[in-house]
Amino acid sequence: MASNIVLSTQEYNVVGTRPIRHDGTDKVTGRAQFGADINLPGLLHGKVLRSPHAHARILSIDVSRALALPGVRAVVTSADLPRLSGQVADLEEAAMVTLKYRSDNCLASDKVLYKGHAVAAVAATSPHIADEALALIDVEYEVLPPVFNVLDAMKEDAPILHEDVFTTDMSGEIANVASNIASHFITEIGDVEAGFAEADVIVEREYETGMVHQGYIEPHNATALWHADDNITIWCSSQGQFNIRDQSAQILGIPVSKIKVIPMEIGGGFGGKNTPYLEPIAAILSRKTGRPVKLTMGRAEVFEATGPTSGGYLRVKIGVNKEGRITAAGAYLAYEAGAYPGSMVNIGAMCIFGPFDVPNARVEGYDVVVNKPKTAPYRAPGAPAAAFATETVVDEICEKIGMDPLEFRLLNGAREGGQRIGGPRYLRIGCLETVRAAKEHEHYSTPLEKPISSNGSSRRRGRGVAGGFWITASGQASAVAGVNPDGTVSLIEGSPDIGGSRAVLAMQLAEVLGIAAEDVRPMVVDTDSVGYTSTTTGSGVAFKTGWACYEAAQDVKRQMIKRAARIWDVPADDVAYSDGVLSHRSDPELRLTFKEMAARLNSTGGPIAGRATVNPSGVGGAFAVHLVDVEVDTETGKVDILRFTALQDVGKAIHPSYVEGQIQGGVVQGIGWALNEEYFYNDRGEMVNSSFLDYRMPTSLDLPMIDTVIVEVANPGHPYGVRGVGEMPIVPPMAAISNAIYDAVGIRLRTLPMSPGKVLEALWEKGC
Amino acid sequence: MPGKVHVQSNINGEDTDFLCEPRQSLLEVLRDVLSLTGTKEGCNDGNCGACTVIMDGRIVDSCCVLGVEAQGKQLTTIEGIASADGLHPIQQAFLENASLQCGICTPGFIVAVKALLDREPKPTEQRVRHWLAGNLCRCTGYDKIVRAVLDASEKIQASPR
Ligand code: FES
Ligand code: FES
Repeated sequence: MASNIVLSTQEYNVVGTRPIRHDGTDKVTGRAQFGADINLPGLLHGKVLRSPHAHARILSIDVSRALALPGVRAVVTSADLPRLSGQVADLEEAAMVTLKYRSDNCLASDKVLYKGHAVAAVAATSPHIADEALALIDVEYEVLPPVFNVLDAMKEDAPILHEDVFTTDMSGEIANVASNIASHFITEIGDVEAGFAEADVIVEREYETGMVHQGYIEPHNATALWHADDNITIWCSSQGQFNIRDQSAQILGIPVSKIKVIPMEIGGGFGGKNTPYLEPIAAILSRKTGRPVKLTMGRAEVFEATGPTSGGYLRVKIGVNKEGRITAAGAYLAYEAGAYPGSMVNIGAMCIFGPFDVPNARVEGYDVVVNKPKTAPYRAPGAPAAAFATETVVDEICEKIGMDPLEFRLLNGAREGGQRIGGPRYLRIGCLETVRAAKEHEHYSTPLEKPISSNGSSRRRGRGVAGGFWITASGQASAVAGVNPDGTVSLIEGSPDIGGSRAVLAMQLAEVLGIAAEDVRPMVVDTDSVGYTSTTTGSGVAFKTGWACYEAAQDVKRQMIKRAARIWDVPADDVAYSDGVLSHRSDPELRLTFKEMAARLNSTGGPIAGRATVNPSGVGGAFAVHLVDVEVDTETGKVDILRFTALQDVGKAIHPSYVEGQIQGGVVQGIGWALNEEYFYNDRGEMVNSSFLDYRMPTSLDLPMIDTVIVEVANPGHPYGVRGVGEMPIVPPMAAISNAIYDAVGIRLRTLPMSPGKVLEALWEKGC
Repeated sequence: MPGKVHVQSNINGEDTDFLCEPRQSLLEVLRDVLSLTGTKEGCNDGNCGACTVIMDGRIVDSCCVLGVEAQGKQLTTIEGIASADGLHPIQQAFLENASLQCGICTPGFIVAVKALLDREPKPTEQRVRHWLAGNLCRCTGYDKIVRAVLDASEKIQASPR
């Protein structure tokens, strides 16, 4: 029954096939080197002292007792980092970043702003000694009242986290009273009042979502060596070695050319590994000791001190006329940024009505600091909470007007020439194609089976539908393709491979050159060995770095044609290159395969290497529809997922297995977010479930197979039609599951997670 | 701090002596003392399975075993799964089914699956899901991992080594 379907519209030789990934063997044999696997002669081990308070002023730090412990080689505090003013830097996905905040988040200078905030760090000859030394550092705090909830933090009498944060308005106007609201914006399209006046049915609802973590299995790690000539080498697993280099350089106050970041294999990121937490600390510990220093986080540190994604408060209002056409939509989003400004509320606002053709809309957003860890992006950052609100309001509207939810999406779906709020007009997109594929899917037409009666009549089943939109991103990327004499190509690129991107990039290069994917040797290299490449984020690698590989291959091809022309002594225009063969257009005798030519390069004028640097525009925008069947146990409140089908327009699946894998993984993170994951804080702001046992991400036992349908509506902005895949699938599940729970037991849940307790409470309230 | 303890065990078929502090976990010993870094740390408290090894035929989370407890024990780590002739069918099935994305959980899963198929060569999907419930994967949603296990089970049946 479980199935994965690919709806292809264009076939290629290599693109669209399923070769074994190039780095696979090393990863199934334990040979692959992840960040924590590095070992160096003389290596010291570092540990970080973290604040026990959610909000406090640091009065003094005394490290003398720690330094006296045998085996301790150095202790550092923020005093060992340069004082950074309020200068602002433009650093990729995180947008504008105040450097002092970045530095203070590595090592707090004046105040600690969340429990777990780094205060000092130790380097010692063993991790155990470093741990013991932490207990010997004496920090004197003046404890301050904390604020944890976004709505509380927005109140006028709320404790203020930053004396230098003033609300920035849309116009760039800055208020003159310090506030926890870092920014406030309103985006509008059409005439929203007139639109609501035309509506026959209006539904407005409130939502709350909690903070959740990306939950990558590999904890953060960093190893640094500060060389005697003041050059620094950093080994770490991150989503972008260049990004870590640039940010570390700014925090350390040195030029980027002084730092080489060597990307180790990365054990999951999902947006959470773009921020330097340990790298600058490892560097200054190495400077003090003259030895390489490695730091790795424990799991509780990962939960408490790295960036989860924002919780928030949302309100969505949608009006439709009698025919079911949306006439207006409004939204209010307040997202927790954590300890420093910079939630993803702006992106949530861009995506909130993305799947719909909305003529009149108004979205208001607030970025709010609270005494919790600084948030970081998490897979489609900002969009899942927004979709949870919109897609459940739409479900209610469909019920009220008696319309099938997929019919509603066909009538109101985003289409070419339409415009999402705050965005450009849509070019070719696959929103309606995806809805149609969902309608035609056997899952949608198969009636729900009755629950197995073993547990009496306490179980109820329901089906839910939800859609979603994700912007997808591009960025700078570089690639170099060196032709080897044995007919293979060494592909040098700069995008850390989190989920099979080496294969996906090699395949795009191979497609151009007409060679096998296996004849390409992709390598992710350090910051001194390839041109700048932006982070592995925004579902952008197959798009942007894929494009760089495509262009580098074109460069190889051009040079090969020239070389053949020279060997044959004919004009280059007479040489054709197709399917990996160079040939003369009219003389069939003149023919060389790629392999034959590769073998002759060194003796016919020298080696050939292709290169490309790109920063392409033309990202596609991704759309998805999810169908889910749930079973609700009305006695315990537990919700089980019985069946899940995720349909998504991916443009073109370069390697369908990894596209399916991205979709399945994203869906399951969404299921965890929907049903159990959340940060539990006590009233002192201490996370009380900072272990995998208590945070409780989905296990294999919680899940069925996840069916996928890959819809391919080629993106005209990419040579192979790629849209970007990875983030979209986490957007619809929460709404789809909420809608399914309603279908099963008639309760509408509007807070996440929809845990057994909340289900039971809602059932009791309903009188069940 | 007491001195180091001399421990003798058999790791991946080789008699291995090592020195470790009594407070060092088996995971630390494998990774930091013996440079067997294929065994991964995800949580260090028994909740993710990334550190799974086989000890005297049973799977254990090596982060929850002390190094000194390996005295006299037979251990299999991820480094001991493939043979000189090549990958184990489980490893091959993981590759062919695209069962890894980032790959940090993969060694733990493969070791756990080895222990399962050694004792139950033909598990059902539900049994596989149950057996692997102690191994967390955040990337794949488990679908392709479960498929790989069922696939490997069939392959091993078809051509026993
Ligand atoms: S590291 Fe041992 S179970 Fe997670
Ligand atoms: S493949 Fe990344 S955690 Fe399993």
